Amino acid sequence: MEELRILTWIVVGATFALYIGIAIWARAGNTGEFYVAGKGVNPVLNGMATAADWMSAASFISMAGLIAFSGYDASVYLMGWTGGYVLLALLLAPYLRKFGKFTVPEFIGERYYSQTARIVAVICLIVASITYVIGQMKGIGVAFSRFLEVSYEVGLLSGMGVVFFYAVLGGMKGITYTQIAQYVVLIFAYTVPAVFISLQLTGNPLPQLGLGGSVADGTHLLSKLDTVLVELGFAEYTVKKGTSLNMVALTLSLMIGTAGLPHVIVRFFTVPRVRDARASAGWALFFIALLYTTAPAVGAMSFYNLINTIQPGQIGSDTGNLVYEDRPQWFKNWERTGLLTFEDKNGDGRVQYYNDKNAQFESMAESQYNWNGNEMTTIDRDIMVLANPEIARLPNWVVALVVAGGLAAALSTAAGLLMAISSAVSHDLLKGVFMPGISEKAELMAARMAMAGAILIAGWLGLNPPGFAAQVVALAFGLAASSIFPALMFGIFNKRLNSTGAVVGMLVGLSSTLVYIFMFKGWLFIPETNNFPNTPDYWLFGIQPEAFGAVGALLNFVSAWVVSKLTSPPPEHIQHLVEDIRVPRGGGAPVAH
Amino acid sequence: MKNPQGYWKANLRILFGCLIVWFVASYGFGIIVAEPLNAFSIGGYPLGFWFAQQGSIYIFLALIFFYVWRMNKLDREFDVHED
Repeated sequence: MEELRILTWIVVGATFALYIGIAIWARAGNTGEFYVAGKGVNPVLNGMATAADWMSAASFISMAGLIAFSGYDASVYLMGWTGGYVLLALLLAPYLRKFGKFTVPEFIGERYYSQTARIVAVICLIVASITYVIGQMKGIGVAFSRFLEVSYEVGLLSGMGVVFFYAVLGGMKGITYTQIAQYVVLIFAYTVPAVFISLQLTGNPLPQLGLGGSVADGTHLLSKLDTVLVELGFAEYTVKKGTSLNMVALTLSLMIGTAGLPHVIVRFFTVPRVRDARASAGWALFFIALLYTTAPAVGAMSFYNLINTIQPGQIGSDTGNLVYEDRPQWFKNWERTGLLTFEDKNGDGRVQYYNDKNAQFESMAESQYNWNGNEMTTIDRDIMVLANPEIARLPNWVVALVVAGGLAAALSTAAGLLMAISSAVSHDLLKGVFMPGISEKAELMAARMAMAGAILIAGWLGLNPPGFAAQVVALAFGLAASSIFPALMFGIFNKRLNSTGAVVGMLVGLSSTLVYIFMFKGWLFIPETNNFPNTPDYWLFGIQPEAFGAVGALLNFVSAWVVSKLTSPPPEHIQHLVEDIRVPRGGGAPVAH
Repeated sequence: MKNPQGYWKANLRILFGCLIVWFVASYGFGIIVAEPLNAFSIGGYPLGFWFAQQGSIYIFLALIFFYVWRMNKLDREFDVHED
């Protein structure tokens, strides 16, 4: 343990020194550099930074564990969090770059010639981003505290300090270059253990191929998993368990949420030309796909290793299960955190892991195997990626690397979101609405103060989490999907859409999604205040709250269109503006304003 | 710039084509008809499962780069390209 702790300190310390060094080197001097890195970032590097910005602690730490325990059904996250880039590249990025401003509310305000529309967009943006930042702050706090062996509060405070230092100082220019370094760290940390484990299990170094490969006894890994899961009373790994409609809605919600999240969209303002904006989305997806096509292999292989550790022998035989006293070191380590718990229900001193919710299997296991309930009473899904290298007995430096990678993912996303929040406050609210005459220096100061304020708010909420973590991410996506995306897309593809339509649409999409989520998850996530139990029987058309962003977006589109039809068309110059952003030429340098 | 309407129409045609592929690869093969597709396999993967966890992502990637290439060509054809 001592060696692992020292290694973790060294690896995490070295990566942090690198990030801070880059932030100092790339310090922002003016608002252009602060908001959009002076629009001079090469599309490949911008794609890499976007990938780091986009992949948060949820992608790095949570997703593979989710896949491990839900198998095929977790595909919605894989498709949903990648397919959004197709929408970005085809429907938004080139046009928003041609428009040539700094922020998303700025586009909405000008396209809909309305300060109200701009303010509504700022509200949507701040709510979606802040909730997302809280999740990252919490991830940073947990990772710091677990591996550096400090309390959660100290872990969170040190994380806040690091984010504050390089985001506030560097602005977008610093963030962009830091994120490139963070991408390299996180992708290395994610793929190295995956390659080792794929080699161990299937003999194929590429996890993407290894997942389709065969294990030692010659059967395919996936069919082996299917068989073992059925023998333990679970559903097969590769088959569908939910309904198609709910899966489609959730995938769509995540995709348009991706294309509507302001911290991602703003990345496409930072490239030199319109054609670079299209290519940047492609490069971003390329770098994201390296992790996203590896994740299903990490999920399946870590799960396979976990089951084989607990159930090394014949299922049902007296000696088929792991003897608790002989459990491996990683098992003990995670037991200490409470995220892995064991209870010897049948008193045989061995560990049984199976599906005791399956009544038929449960009674069979009790009468024939003398099993008395599932004894792995807790296996937190979020530990899978972190525990994966230990389960596979990889060297300690790999374990340390994974910690640094998880921190890089969380920090880079937090910084990008904070950037989006600060520019919405200083650029859209202060300069755009309340204090149009503000000097550039004062605006920059206000942006930094807004960022510091957002860190404090998110940190404070992270210190006293109101009991929600995973829901927050879904809410952020649902909000972005149902409010921002339709307004942006309509603004480009429908010249006739006017300000009244856009404002009504955003408000309808935002409020319908919020109400649906709160009805099932509790108002403002306060427990016990939900109107209905959060189970499929009560969901509208069987659509879970996380997936409702797709429905909210549809309501947004329909109401915006109808209201626009009933009110007067937008003025002539707005129609010309829309025609102008549809053509690449003439974008040029950033517009002074 | 010679014909902005023609350029926009051509762009929309390309866009629709790409979005149809986008939809069929993920929602179609990956979700709606995934179960019948699982009767076939690609390597050790059931086909529907492969589309949902691997194939759709590769197709998304190919689609974006196809769109980039096709639009750069279109920009030149209509003389609306940058520099």
